[in-house]
Amino acid sequence: MSESVEKVKAPSEPLFSKKNKKLITDPLSDNNPITIQVLGICSALAITVQVEQAFFMSASVLFVLIFGNLSISLLRNLIPSRVRIIVQLVVVASLVIIVNEVLQAFVPDVSEKLSVFVGLIITNCIIMGRFEAFAMGNKPWPSVLDAVGNAVGYAWILLVVAIFREVLGSGKFWGMEILPQGFYEMGYMNNNLMILPPMALIVVGIIIWIQRSKNPTLVEEH
Amino acid sequence: MAINKESNAYTFGFSIFLVVVVGAILSSLSLGLKPLKDKNAEVKKQIDILNAIGVDADRSNAQELYAQYVGNNTFVVSAQGEKLEGEDAFALDVQKQHRDKTIAEEARKFPVFVANKDGQTMDVLPTVGKGLWGPIWGFVAVGDDMETIVGASFDHKTETPGLGAEIKNTSFEEQYIGAKMTSNITVVKDGSGKLDAQKVDGITGGTITSKGVEEMMNRTMAVYAAYFSKTKI
Repeated sequence: MSESVEKVKAPSEPLFSKKNKKLITDPLSDNNPITIQVLGICSALAITVQVEQAFFMSASVLFVLIFGNLSISLLRNLIPSRVRIIVQLVVVASLVIIVNEVLQAFVPDVSEKLSVFVGLIITNCIIMGRFEAFAMGNKPWPSVLDAVGNAVGYAWILLVVAIFREVLGSGKFWGMEILPQGFYEMGYMNNNLMILPPMALIVVGIIIWIQRSKNPTLVEEH
Repeated sequence: MAINKESNAYTFGFSIFLVVVVGAILSSLSLGLKPLKDKNAEVKKQIDILNAIGVDADRSNAQELYAQYVGNNTFVVSAQGEKLEGEDAFALDVQKQHRDKTIAEEARKFPVFVANKDGQTMDVLPTVGKGLWGPIWGFVAVGDDMETIVGASFDHKTETPGLGAEIKNTSFEEQYIGAKMTSNITVVKDGSGKLDAQKVDGITGGTITSKGVEEMMNRTMAVYAAYFSKTKI
């Protein structure tokens, strides 16, 4: 396990040094959690039917990952190594419960739509992955940046997929009709296939394809 | 003196401390947000009742519309079909009552919400049962004749999306419209639901949830039917 811990030694460098900026920008493209590391795919399939759900899911993951990475990083020298995975699990589970409670209290309709998926953030591999691979071995500030980078990297894929699926699948954006009625009168029909989970996988596949053809170094040799 | 972080004592101490801190944070948060969540649940119930009588409501106008169509026009019926006095129908939590095994089936109470819409009187009857993974519930509106169902809305807690969860789809709910609640309404698999008002087509891949709806409807409606048969004469 110890090999996977990426060390960033930054004794007194500026807050947004080159190295720190890379922590944010890398996961957005060349080390994206979904398209390159292929983590967190399950939620990308499940809640990208509507942009609104994808947005709240992304915001929840952003919150959980930032505060999780921060707490793990603060505790990293105190956590007994034999129970570190359990401690990480407790941290992520508590944060997810907080998110769930807040959603239920303030945006109940969204909470109803996300239903079980909020609870499933706990099992989102990106989060435990970042705790174990980064926050356990790095200082709080780089850990927060790493969390922002990974959560935003996750979010933009989710939102792009959701936009494609909602616009093509139900002709809406954020629940509002955006295609003019004339389209439908001319015989245009919403593509119901877009609403089904397999299309999320295909859209993610297309994003991966575009990304790899733009940056051939990402393509593994076989 | 440095503490040995790999010792059993430290590991236990750390774990206990963590659990106490996390437990305290979560329980105080949950208690603090409870009033808001209760309020949301109340509004949700009003929306469900309004949906059963075919009124579209959302969180912003539910309370107003509920006051307009239903208001305080509610009462409670006993399991024997007798009207009970001095009960608050809206506050009666039928789901909790259904879960609570210490309440005998004969002692259960059944609320009725009387709604007036476009000059027609409708009785909205809540019903609770169990699906595959968790509770399912619904509100059924019965028309002037006290036997024909004029509207139904079902919901669930944790049924499988795309399968059992389809019971909350309008296309499933609408099949109940026109059926008589005085006799059994069966959920069928052979697609004959369209032909017979007393039959409802089940959901493909959601058999247990569909059967759950059938069971809860027949069990609850029998009680209300007993009440209606006494008041009609």
